[in-house]
Amino acid sequence: MIVEIGHYALVLAFALAIIQAILPLWGVLRGEAGLIRIAPSTAIVQCLFVALSYAALTWAYLASDFSVLNVFENSHSDKPLIYKISGVWGNHEGSMLLWIFILVLFGALVALFARRMPEDLTAAVLAVQAWISSAFILFVLLTSNPFARIANAPIEGRDLNPILQDPGLAIHPPLLYVGYVGFSLTFSFAAAALIIGRIDAMWARFARPWILLAWIFLTLGIAMGSYWAYYTLGWGGFWFWDPVENASLMPWLAGTALLHSVIVMEKRDALKVWTIFLAILAFSLSLLGTFLVRSGVLTSVHAFASDPQRGVFILAILMFFIGGSLLLFALRAPGLRTGGLFAPISRESSLVLNNLFLTTSCATVFVGTLYPLALEAVTGAKISVGPPFFNYTFVPLFIPIFIAMPFGQMLAWKRGDLYGAAQRLTVAFAAGALAALVLFAMRGGPWLAAVVGGLAIYLIFGSFFDVAGRLFARDATARNVWNRAIGMPRAAWGAAIAHAGVGVTLFGLAATGWGVEKIAAFKPGQTLQVGPFSITLDKVSPRQGPNYRETVAYMTVREGGRIVAQMQPSRRFFTARRMTTSQAGLHTVALGGHIHIVISEQDKSGALDTRVYWKPYVSLIWLGAGFMALGGGLSMSDRRLRIAAGRRKEPGGRPLPDGVPAAE
Amino acid sequence: MRYVLQIVLALVLLSPTVALAVQPDELLSDPKLEQRARNISSGLRCLVCQNQSIDDSDAPLAKDLRVLVRDRLKAGDSDEQVLRFVVSRYGDFILLKPPFNVQTVLLWTLPGLILLAAGGVILFNIRRRRTAAAVPKPLNEAETAALRDILEQRTP
Repeated sequence: MIVEIGHYALVLAFALAIIQAILPLWGVLRGEAGLIRIAPSTAIVQCLFVALSYAALTWAYLASDFSVLNVFENSHSDKPLIYKISGVWGNHEGSMLLWIFILVLFGALVALFARRMPEDLTAAVLAVQAWISSAFILFVLLTSNPFARIANAPIEGRDLNPILQDPGLAIHPPLLYVGYVGFSLTFSFAAAALIIGRIDAMWARFARPWILLAWIFLTLGIAMGSYWAYYTLGWGGFWFWDPVENASLMPWLAGTALLHSVIVMEKRDALKVWTIFLAILAFSLSLLGTFLVRSGVLTSVHAFASDPQRGVFILAILMFFIGGSLLLFALRAPGLRTGGLFAPISRESSLVLNNLFLTTSCATVFVGTLYPLALEAVTGAKISVGPPFFNYTFVPLFIPIFIAMPFGQMLAWKRGDLYGAAQRLTVAFAAGALAALVLFAMRGGPWLAAVVGGLAIYLIFGSFFDVAGRLFARDATARNVWNRAIGMPRAAWGAAIAHAGVGVTLFGLAATGWGVEKIAAFKPGQTLQVGPFSITLDKVSPRQGPNYRETVAYMTVREGGRIVAQMQPSRRFFTARRMTTSQAGLHTVALGGHIHIVISEQDKSGALDTRVYWKPYVSLIWLGAGFMALGGGLSMSDRRLRIAAGRRKEPGGRPLPDGVPAAE
Repeated sequence: MRYVLQIVLALVLLSPTVALAVQPDELLSDPKLEQRARNISSGLRCLVCQNQSIDDSDAPLAKDLRVLVRDRLKAGDSDEQVLRFVVSRYGDFILLKPPFNVQTVLLWTLPGLILLAAGGVILFNIRRRRTAAAVPKPLNEAETAALRDILEQRTP
């Protein structure tokens, strides 16, 4: 019964979405206030219905109700609780329902918190959002119903794919989806602005927190996915240029460009057409990603339960929204006046340069991902576009970005002084060069790693020069500096920290050049020397888990005779699906280095095929992403952007006494 | 189509793939040769896998290919000769770095072309704007006086 209520709630949500998609829009175009005011309440109620539907499915998983097809195919009564909850989105139907839930949640958040926005803009945004949600709810109801029943309920389920039975499943997809779907909102903002015909700096200020929010989550989601792949897929890689990874990277690159161009739009009323275009692009690429993953046109590790028919449906949704928005764009964009003027050397121009390189790299990923498909369709020839292609094209595109980033922060709006910026960055250059020399002297190894490491240090230092320059401007007493640090806009801190995060990630990437790998047949009692560590295999023994059996290798890691860690890499055999997964042993040492051990089955002589990596600084790759997200968060919390700032004027509040400024 | 996919998927999932990618017994005793073998095999696609190199894959076919690459190297082939041999057997599909030819000319040149085209449009726009913006007219006497008054009022 609960399951049927969930299904029915989804149907009701669809009906509400249709209402929300049409009536407020009609109201906006006709100027009817009554219809405009429908939007927020329908958005909230629609969200409640979808939440109810989602909760019903979760309940079916918790109760192990195997009369529901989706639960039967993806769950097992012995499955640990965390995978019963997260297993809801570990399959096609459930993950689409989560997608929709996040979509309508964003709608409800706008309805609740964007009170400062003009009513017609809110209504138009929510209407466009409802177009998207109605399309996807229809998709789920028609092609991917998670509530379908089985006539004769089986006693036990088929269990979740063991590869997905990992804490990563609980974290990675929700983060990624909030990012993906968050760009639906920026899309709705763009479409709403085009419909209403008001595209100005105020729009940019309303849209910016949502862009930041989506970007933060997408950044974290991608980083988490990369980390998950790193420790679970078993060969120590963290980025494979897999089509599905590319599908998430494209909106990230477009979103990063958008994040920067919208600043120009907010501050200087320039780049308006371009910003709107990017907002459309970022979501279009999110949709493309959904299509690529769900349709199965590309083979990849993510393509669970892919189905060509669903692919066609999503393709139709994709074409409707991309085509529709671009048509709207083509109709409205020529009428837009260009705003503030700026010199070729200025903050604005540096952000244009940033956009040039980011969108080109985005286009490169697009071409690399889809070229094999297109070529096969046109000529029938099959080629592979793998990591070497992306390395050859991406590195030349990103080196200029890394060099230019600190410059951009140092340039003034309207007209900047490139020579002055270079002079002030001398210390950062010197630090980078010195770091490269020291790294090369210390580590030897590939010179490229040392050079990129130096570039990363330059980037980290350079990111803080703008902030430091402001802090230590004049009268740099400790007290003054502290007060300035507190008083500085959080967005300035955010930019510095996020940019430094890029440097941190880059350093982690450079350090992969210093990694050591050993492959050996390892017998109990033997010791293996890997980098500075000697690793002893103490014993190999079986262990019983909740829904798997595992073979565990107990290892002791020593450095110069001192015990550093006890590690237990294992291989798990999942009884329900008769599948084996490998559970890598991972130990973090000083400065973010990892010892990473993967084992295979024992052969007849008792030897264990073992792969050991020593990866210095590797965790900086993901730590850097964390800094980027933190920077984004600080920027978002800047009081100028605070989403609920408009609620200062509570109804019935007394007017401010004379002389007290009403500004934030 | 759907059933074909399901069967393939079932076979892939059910096969007890328990081996590591590169196994210890495959390694060549000469470290230099082994390093060359690793470099070559990380650029070759495992034909039955989902976007993995044979160096990363634990599929039996990938193992065969790794052994093949090592055998060729032991027989004294250069890296190019090994690649040419593998391509002659399996076609360009096996190369993760697609060769530059008529079919891939767009693939390899598009990133550069996009950068140049977009950069060109931006330069053109900046130039046009500059002429449009021209230098603003200097203030006349009355305006200069008004400005001075304002400035003096503000700063005591």
